[in-house]
Amino acid sequence: MPSQVIVLGGGVGGTIAANLVSKELGAAAKVTLIDPVGMHVYQPGFLYVALGQANGRWLAQDERRLLRDEVQLVIDRAVKIDPENRSIELARGGSIGYDYLVLATGARLAREEIPGLVEGAHDFYSLEGAIRLREALRTFPGGRIVMGVAGIPYKCPPAPVEFVFMLEEFLRKRGIREKSAITLASPLNRAFTIEATSKLVQPILEERGIELGTFFNVEAVMPDKKVVTSIEGEELPYDLLVLVPPHRGAQVIEDSGLGDERGWVPVSRATLQHEKFDTIFAIGDATNLPISKSGSTAHFEAPVVASQIAARIRGTAAKENYGGRVMCFLETGHHQATTIRFDYQHPPVSPQPSLQWHVAKWAFNRLYWQTVPQGRVA
Amino acid sequence: METLSITRRLDVKGFNCPIPIVKTAIQMKQMASGEMLEVLATDPGSVPDFNAWSKTTGNALVEQTLEGGIYRFILKKR
Repeated sequence: MPSQVIVLGGGVGGTIAANLVSKELGAAAKVTLIDPVGMHVYQPGFLYVALGQANGRWLAQDERRLLRDEVQLVIDRAVKIDPENRSIELARGGSIGYDYLVLATGARLAREEIPGLVEGAHDFYSLEGAIRLREALRTFPGGRIVMGVAGIPYKCPPAPVEFVFMLEEFLRKRGIREKSAITLASPLNRAFTIEATSKLVQPILEERGIELGTFFNVEAVMPDKKVVTSIEGEELPYDLLVLVPPHRGAQVIEDSGLGDERGWVPVSRATLQHEKFDTIFAIGDATNLPISKSGSTAHFEAPVVASQIAARIRGTAAKENYGGRVMCFLETGHHQATTIRFDYQHPPVSPQPSLQWHVAKWAFNRLYWQTVPQGRVA
Repeated sequence: METLSITRRLDVKGFNCPIPIVKTAIQMKQMASGEMLEVLATDPGSVPDFNAWSKTTGNALVEQTLEGGIYRFILKKR
């Protein structure tokens, strides 16, 4: 009897893990990926959509096309996981059992947690949000644009900084830069959590006339007054407000009691195995690890989870542990970009922004569909 | 002794920047003026962050120590 391996979630981590377990174990495992929609979305593209540099069609592909033939795809939503009986209840009725379970359930946007956010703020954390923001920016007559953060942790930590750089270029091209002010309201006293990267980007913010608001953790939005307030007691007026919405773990994680108070799955930092249940693993945004929630993290974690599961099914020692590797691009506008690379042992490093990294990011965007979900690049 | 009047405690050991500062800001928001908060953290980056946060927000950082790899900050709500 082949071992039953279930992967919940058809994002980058889930897709790579399903493909690699299937490839490594062949007939020894029956791999099933369960996803509520069945469309794989390249989320880094939302930013480009919001700024009119890409259209939405480029960002989604049928998940079936990205999976090995041997992997079964089930379009359904997991509503409850019973870890004692190793069973998953599905929204359309019935349940499915597993020997090993991979939680690649991602993060959920909890816009309702900030009063006034839904009515008053834009975001680029969903395709609909990115398109709505694009339309607002297309007709923006000039004024004050504020970019802020309404909860941590959130996906793609460099995104707010990238947004203001790309926005500055966008407003210049539209000929309304002189009529506009841009404020990056940061939760810290610097532009970015990582100090080395902050030192690199802050002079560029200054050079481009982008204001930096510090220690501004969003508390509420008052759309009628066009003001956003912070926990620290500050107020910022805006004409157009863009906020990173609060994030939580998936509903099924919270409903099954498998996560912490925000629904993030507690895992071993090396094996990515659930702290309480040894047949459950988690990848990417779903985990509680204090590293970036990003596609790159999921990308580097998925082969580790696949290797850990394959070793257990074969009864051998696992070959791979996760070393905390993360690599993110950070667009700085005007055809330049830098990167942020680190792992558990090495502090973050960022090279000077250059055309080379901007080209590399675009090459990655283009090659993603043919390489990453299949686990072809490590 | 001021440490005797600590009324709130926050454990952010294992969390990296910016989580210790953000959790502290949320906790301080719920406190009354004059109340003291003890924060335990392991991120070395929290030292400059707490100093800067205290200066910017006017909430006093009355004590900071490092013992066995754990940073202890005592903050007083303004």
